[in-house]
Amino acid sequence: MSDNSLRVHWLAVVAVASLCAMVMTAHAVIETYEFADSTLERRYHSLSDELRCPKCQNQTIADSNAPIAKDLRFLLHEQLESGASDDEILSFMVARYGEFVRYRPGLDSNTALLWYGPLILTLVTLGALAWHLRGRQHVAAPLEPSEEERQALRTRLIEPDSDQERPL
Amino acid sequence: MPRLRLWLPLAAFILLSLLLFKGLSLDPTSLPSALVGKALPEFELQELHSSEVLSRQDIIGEPMLVNIWATWCYSCRVEHPYLLDLAANGVRIVGLNYKDESVKAVTWLEDLGDPYALTLADTEGMLGLDMGVYGAPETYVVDAEGVVRYRHVGVVDEQVWQSLLAQWFPQAQSEGVLQ
Repeated sequence: MSDNSLRVHWLAVVAVASLCAMVMTAHAVIETYEFADSTLERRYHSLSDELRCPKCQNQTIADSNAPIAKDLRFLLHEQLESGASDDEILSFMVARYGEFVRYRPGLDSNTALLWYGPLILTLVTLGALAWHLRGRQHVAAPLEPSEEERQALRTRLIEPDSDQERPL
Repeated sequence: MPRLRLWLPLAAFILLSLLLFKGLSLDPTSLPSALVGKALPEFELQELHSSEVLSRQDIIGEPMLVNIWATWCYSCRVEHPYLLDLAANGVRIVGLNYKDESVKAVTWLEDLGDPYALTLADTEGMLGLDMGVYGAPETYVVDAEGVVRYRHVGVVDEQVWQSLLAQWFPQAQSEGVLQ
């Protein structure tokens, strides 16, 4: 075997090894939790999908690798295992991080616009549409030609040469 | 009336522009703290240097800043000199060494100076969690009764101190040392 091909082999080995290392670290960040029964596991998944990571604001704590999201998952697991209800867990989180931590915040003066905004916007749009359509009815007067116009058209179409000379 | 309707798109555009312009100056990462107006949570944590176990009762009694810091936090290094200034001018600062290794933390304070009246070692970040900490540095104003009055996320500097924090420390201000 020549020096060159040996080097190529080594490169291949190093490349494969570093790829493996990357794959392994990618898996190492999300921890796994054991649950006593499948109901708890289901609740864990639905709650971690509803709780928002305070650090990386557009991710749920299930999505995020931030240390704080990891801590919150740890607490969530602990509380589920100790028998806390969904409401208890959510109010525990809200007491610490505010309504912000829920992707479905409770209804209060701060979040009223968030909850009712779409409804208000739909009503306003429907109202504007109705107003607009009603306005259009007045403009759209019947465009029937009068008897005079009919006569003139008839003359032009049927006897084109009768009222004026055409060039050529 | 039809004339008025012609202006509607422009009015809507201006309204939207104002809204978006306001959005430029908002910081989406600064969250209101759920703890403001509430008591500092109970805890039992070791003091970083003495390893003595301290609770909430041991640290409250006068107005103070509770500063969340860690050796892994670059911005903490940035604000550190200013904290030293504040401490030198009589502001009581309690450090919360957040999710850190105590050995590293002690070395850090030896190298850079120690602005903290005492430092709690929150290795697991559990007091941090009870306080709603989501990163470092964060700085809480806690009054003499142990009630949280304000939370600042990010570096504390001259401007932050003057505009947001100093009002809670009339003592330090009246002495005129921080002007």
